[in-house]
Amino acid sequence: MKKSPKIALIGNPNAGKSSLFNSLTGLRQKTGNFPGVTMDKLIGKWKLEKGDDAEILDLPGIYSIYPKSVDEQVVINILANPQHPDYPDLAIVVADASNLKRNLLLFSQVRDLGIPTVLALNMIDVAESQGIVINSVKLARELNVEVAEVNAKKGIGLNGLRLSVNKTLETNYNSNDSLPMDYDREMVEEIKEKYGDTDDYHALLWLSEHDNLIQFDEKQRIEFDNIQEKYGWKTQNAQSKETMARYSQLNEIVDNCLHEVPAEEEEINTWTDRLDKIFLHRFWGYFIFLGILFIVFQAIFTWATYPMDLIDGGIANLNDFLKTNLPPTKLTDLLTDGLIAGIGGVLIFIPQIAFLFLFISMLEETGYMSRVMFIMDKLMRRFGLNGKSVVPLISGVACAVPAIMSTRSIGSWKDRLITIMVTPLMSCSARLPIYTVLIALVVPEKSTLFGIFNLQGVVLFAMYLLGFFMALFSAYVMKLLLKVKERSYFIMELPSYKSPRFSHVMITILNSTKAFVFEAGKVIVAISIVLWVLASYGPGDAIEQAEIYVKTQNPTLSGTELQNKISSQKLENSYAGRFGKVIEPVIKPLGYDWKIGIALITSFAAREVFVGTMSTIYSLGGEANEENSTVMKRMRAEINPETGKPMYDMALGFSLLIFYAFAMQCMSTLAVTYRETKSWKYPTIQFVYMTALAYISAFVVYQVLK
Amino acid sequence: MVYPLHTSYLISHISYLFHMKTIADLKVGERGIIVNFTDEEFSLKLLEMGCLPGTQVTMTHIAPFGDPIAVKVSGYVLSMRKEEAATIVIA
Ligand SMILES: Nc1nc2c(ncn2[C@@H]2O[C@H](COP(=O)(O)OP(=O)(O)OP(=O)(O)O)[C@@H](O)[C@H]2O)c(=O)[nH]1
Ligand SMILES: [Mg+2]
Repeated sequence: MKKSPKIALIGNPNAGKSSLFNSLTGLRQKTGNFPGVTMDKLIGKWKLEKGDDAEILDLPGIYSIYPKSVDEQVVINILANPQHPDYPDLAIVVADASNLKRNLLLFSQVRDLGIPTVLALNMIDVAESQGIVINSVKLARELNVEVAEVNAKKGIGLNGLRLSVNKTLETNYNSNDSLPMDYDREMVEEIKEKYGDTDDYHALLWLSEHDNLIQFDEKQRIEFDNIQEKYGWKTQNAQSKETMARYSQLNEIVDNCLHEVPAEEEEINTWTDRLDKIFLHRFWGYFIFLGILFIVFQAIFTWATYPMDLIDGGIANLNDFLKTNLPPTKLTDLLTDGLIAGIGGVLIFIPQIAFLFLFISMLEETGYMSRVMFIMDKLMRRFGLNGKSVVPLISGVACAVPAIMSTRSIGSWKDRLITIMVTPLMSCSARLPIYTVLIALVVPEKSTLFGIFNLQGVVLFAMYLLGFFMALFSAYVMKLLLKVKERSYFIMELPSYKSPRFSHVMITILNSTKAFVFEAGKVIVAISIVLWVLASYGPGDAIEQAEIYVKTQNPTLSGTELQNKISSQKLENSYAGRFGKVIEPVIKPLGYDWKIGIALITSFAAREVFVGTMSTIYSLGGEANEENSTVMKRMRAEINPETGKPMYDMALGFSLLIFYAFAMQCMSTLAVTYRETKSWKYPTIQFVYMTALAYISAFVVYQVLK
Repeated sequence: MVYPLHTSYLISHISYLFHMKTIADLKVGERGIIVNFTDEEFSLKLLEMGCLPGTQVTMTHIAPFGDPIAVKVSGYVLSMRKEEAATIVIA
């Protein structure tokens, strides 16, 4: 037995690999009840009996060893190459017992690759609810493999699995007798001669998939093409024949080991059938989906306000306390007005963001997500997208970075590319604080729609819809511009509904919220400090001059009024103020002044700093008294020096809302677009088109509402 | 996977030209037995998903606007577009 064996979890999408990974390693890999949750490999440790820990590798799901999308390709690149650092010493094939035959197809392929294999029978509870009983002892005998019954979600049967794994590792047993289909031995020998000794099945896999395997270079690929030609090899044909041959072997085995309680004729009406009658209804399906979304946004705006007010009050109190008890130095200002106000700007939105994550996690865990893909496919297709684009678009509401990664399960490159390009238009959680602040400024708090719906909630919902429709529109334009004619397909499993585990959902929300706060927090702290320095110091003696200037210009003023004038003049002459002034002419048509200009500059790399920047700017450059302790209050009090009316009126508020809805202000998103498209071209286009869209739309909105 | 459009159009309509019944012709609740496929590329994916010749399929759902559709096959629900369903000949 080798030290620290490598064990790969392999199985169909949605079979429960990541759940098993979590149960074995104690980690929290993301799970969800729809095919295509895991998009990349992840390694964890599992304590196998005595001795060393095993390395467990969670992988994306595959239906066969012939990949059809990028996430599946990850798995095949490992399995096809015995020299790969992740090539497993043993494979645990995780099979969905409620769909045994299809899951065994992959099992038989993995076993024939010569990898010692253990079969983990998962979802037995689901199978039983459908009246399916599996004789796993018999199955083990017929397949000649160790079989372990597990419940990956609840972590049941792990000891049995450990026994099976240990036994298989000791004997290193794999029953690779002979392949079920005919093939040309001479051809296989030639492949082995050219590319190194291997088993027949690996040689055949290389021959058919060489174009997509990273282990081969250009020259070797051409050689493979020559061999294909020489022996008249037809990849698709051969793969179809192999699949049929495997199924006909498996048919017999499954018939022997599986008992279906009701005969196939009398369909049993499972929960899933009943729920689908409602959720997939030809007419009501859409309304139910929209209704769910609407309720979620009402909830975000109404229920979340109570905990938000508490947090808000707490932060304001803390700031007052520090201000009265610390010496009134610049450093204290940095701490209170810069850091705490900036971080508070994020903390206060925790309840809303948690609600958002709760909603997404319910969508994912219940199985409703794949129903949304189903009802949306036709609509999405018109706009150059795919039903599967729904997953990235919806998870884009949390964050565009993982959302863009989740496009890997989209088989067609064109559909995938368009989805990547438009996903950042969905309103991510970093926009939520900005929306909340601005909506609170322009929409009266107590107003309702039809007397029942909170109008602020309705406007928030409208902002999300706006992002979605702009994504559709942009996709449509790209569809027209991209001249690729590629067939896309939508052959997808609709998994049965599953009740989410309360504790899992809670942990998911906790982790995502924590990640959001810490990620955003880091950026905000860094930018707040830089901004504070830039806003407190200026070139030469500009800052000192500002004070003298104000005093000579307004000899009659005194007290706080004079102080306010001075601090605002100082800010204007600081480095930050100068930067803001430089871009002011460009943003003037959108209704923005140089103070907002500073916020636009700082949000360039990450939009979540908007609220923090605003609070720093308004605390340095404006009236700082008890009344105006929070950003929102300060912004509300701001007066437009030209009109003498409140600065943040409808026109400016909506102009800013639209700008932040469409602008590309996130370095991480551009980086992930680069990684997923492997070219700087697409992140560049993404940045340019979104910024242009933001500028033009904000311009129109401001000019119309002004 | 790059097909000129007209070929793919033809392929998905072969069954129609020859008056063969396909899954796309089923109404909700109706059944059929898979006979063969008219499109090689889709057929591999469909085979892997358990749509084998000789297997029974039942139409279970049709999405709003008539497309895509969902069928019950080998004990689970599989969704596909009409265009793809039209390449599966049934009896
Ligand atoms: N009822 C039941 N549900 C399970 C079981 N194991 C996993 N699940 C659920 O099945 C769904 C899919 O689980 P995942 O672990 O995400 O599946 P996966 O194989 O990693 O899926 P991909 O990453 O998409 O390939 C989740 O909703 C799990 O909670 C089980 O034994 N019984
Ligand atoms: Mg997974």
